[in-house]
Amino acid sequence: MNLVNPLRNVLAGKQLLREEIPFELVDSPSISQRPGIVVEKKGRAYCNRCGNSDMELLAEFPCARCGKKCLYCRTCIMMGRVSECTPLYGWSGEMPEIDAAPLQWKGTLSDGQQVASDRVVEAISHNEELLVWAVCGAGKTELLFKGIEMAFANCKRVCIATPRTDVVLELTPRLQSVFPSIEVASLYGGSDDRHQFSPLTITTTHQLLRFYEAFDVMIVDEVDAFPYSVDPMLKFAVKNARKESSSLIYLTATPIQKWQRECRGGKRKFVTIPARFHRRALPEPEFVWCGNWGKVVKKGQLPVRLQRWVEQRLLAGTPMLVFVPTVEWMLKLLPLLQMFDNKIESVHAEDPERKEKVLRMRKREIPLLITTTILERGVTFPGLEVAVLGAEDPIFTEAALVQIAGRVGRSVIKPSGNVTYFHNGKTESMVKAKHQIVSMNKEAKVKGLIDE
Amino acid sequence: MKCLYCGEMIILAIGWTNLLSREDEVLLCDQCTKQLVPIEGEVCARCSRPFEGLAEEFQKGELCYDCVRWEEHAEWNGVLERNISLYIYNDFLKEVISRYKFRGDYEISKFFGNELKRVIKNLEYDFLVPIPLSETRLYERGFNQAEALIVEAGLNHANVLNRNHSKKQSKKTRKERIGSDNVFIFSNIEQVLGKKVVLVDDVYTTGSTIMHAARVLKDHGAYSISSITFAR
Repeated sequence: MNLVNPLRNVLAGKQLLREEIPFELVDSPSISQRPGIVVEKKGRAYCNRCGNSDMELLAEFPCARCGKKCLYCRTCIMMGRVSECTPLYGWSGEMPEIDAAPLQWKGTLSDGQQVASDRVVEAISHNEELLVWAVCGAGKTELLFKGIEMAFANCKRVCIATPRTDVVLELTPRLQSVFPSIEVASLYGGSDDRHQFSPLTITTTHQLLRFYEAFDVMIVDEVDAFPYSVDPMLKFAVKNARKESSSLIYLTATPIQKWQRECRGGKRKFVTIPARFHRRALPEPEFVWCGNWGKVVKKGQLPVRLQRWVEQRLLAGTPMLVFVPTVEWMLKLLPLLQMFDNKIESVHAEDPERKEKVLRMRKREIPLLITTTILERGVTFPGLEVAVLGAEDPIFTEAALVQIAGRVGRSVIKPSGNVTYFHNGKTESMVKAKHQIVSMNKEAKVKGLIDE
Repeated sequence: MKCLYCGEMIILAIGWTNLLSREDEVLLCDQCTKQLVPIEGEVCARCSRPFEGLAEEFQKGELCYDCVRWEEHAEWNGVLERNISLYIYNDFLKEVISRYKFRGDYEISKFFGNELKRVIKNLEYDFLVPIPLSETRLYERGFNQAEALIVEAGLNHANVLNRNHSKKQSKKTRKERIGSDNVFIFSNIEQVLGKKVVLVDDVYTTGSTIMHAARVLKDHGAYSISSITFAR
């Protein structure tokens, strides 16, 4: 067997530290090296792996390897240290081949999905940028299938990147099942697929730091989600992992204001899917004023209107999520709500039982879960209704509120439901969130994508 | 000023404590500092293991059971005077040290160095000796984590020991560590005869690394050997 092949599979489209390569490095002109840190004149430098150029995060240390004072990057240190004397290894020889892989999928696309799917195909074939603005529950994954199939047929290497590990875990089996002839590489902190070459890589945006000019098609899912939205390193990683000539597809239900403006101003190519796959309108949020709810809760009482909202649904057996601004409020509210039903629980980001509780909620063993914005995305409970207490808090951005409303009415069996923002004064975010949902419904109606 | 560990801005609250006692730079933010638990209260007189939360049967008077076992051994009796540890090796400190030594974030040594400077004032000694790394391991890590904290404390270190390459300590069981042959070798660059030596390392786990190093120094005539380890 040719020994170069496994090495090529590891190095193709990558920028790896020596420690990350599980082979002896043969002397081959196909192995490329780039400097880890580029030092420019006047005390400026940047990290070639993560793009950091903040001198506060580039530190010097007496290096035992090069014997000099060596600059290293603290921004991407969690992926292993890149320093002045560390080369980033890649592959400059012939790339592994990508073969056509037929799509094995029996489903059909909704009209809205079909439009978006066609646009994705077009963007991929012309190496263009495209924003797919699809409402929560539109079925974003399926509309990618055709484009990916076409990419493979044209020998293009595809990547789906997302800020969230749980999205990687959810997407991998779905895409693996519709492209059974290939081996999907699934990358997140601690996964085993690091050294595999695959025509389709599904990865967290963090893991993209190990790639360099690798992909012909880059799809970024949940592009507005934390931490991608706030971390310039991850944006750099996406850019760095793409080939110079490649397509870039963004998927989101809640693009940031700037992007929305660019869409309206014709400065950004986009396509919307304003309706869900089940052809029913998105639940529009109700605003309910409940005064200084914080004071009431501190006195050990529930705001009356929230209490009534909960009681009605406990009686009817409707599963509920109640969102609050902070963990502190969550803990204050829990005993008050448990007086109505002791099976009520709470969950937050650091909760060790987070997964279990979500599972118990799904099994309907928990009637109501109090939570922070951690559950704003990615969870589906059939028949769910949601309330936000303290919707005026700045943590509830327009995007967060749209995502929260997007938890309701997702299943075909119960495609509608109540969404209530309990507040002590309407905010711009609340108004914009509602406006976004209402206008998506309008657009869907005009385009004939919903049945009344 | 940003926190050396998490990068958050440090907001200094002016209070009596920092007006009266702050002579060092503040390097960690409140959130991170809160998660570091100093070793206080009743501890084992020999190794600084806190007695709080330790079952009675593991305490024998002033010593913990581990130390009793070391001292019962004729070969190890009296080799180490005492080990001083500063912080409990809890999950947070494990993360900090792992980023420092395994990911190689050298900057964190500034904090450890600061702390070393603080405690070393109370000790009388002739040499500070960092626990060495083998050549292979030193190349791999790029720096010696024990030496770095002495350097960052602005103190002198005497590299009187060398180390043979072996499996990582952290990958061995207690039995493997204690029963293993001594990996340390004396290098004759300084005379330790009759001297008071303080060994420096980042973590004290079973104590066998420190004990083996102390053994070599004792065999070469050191008068006394104690140790400072950041975490216990």
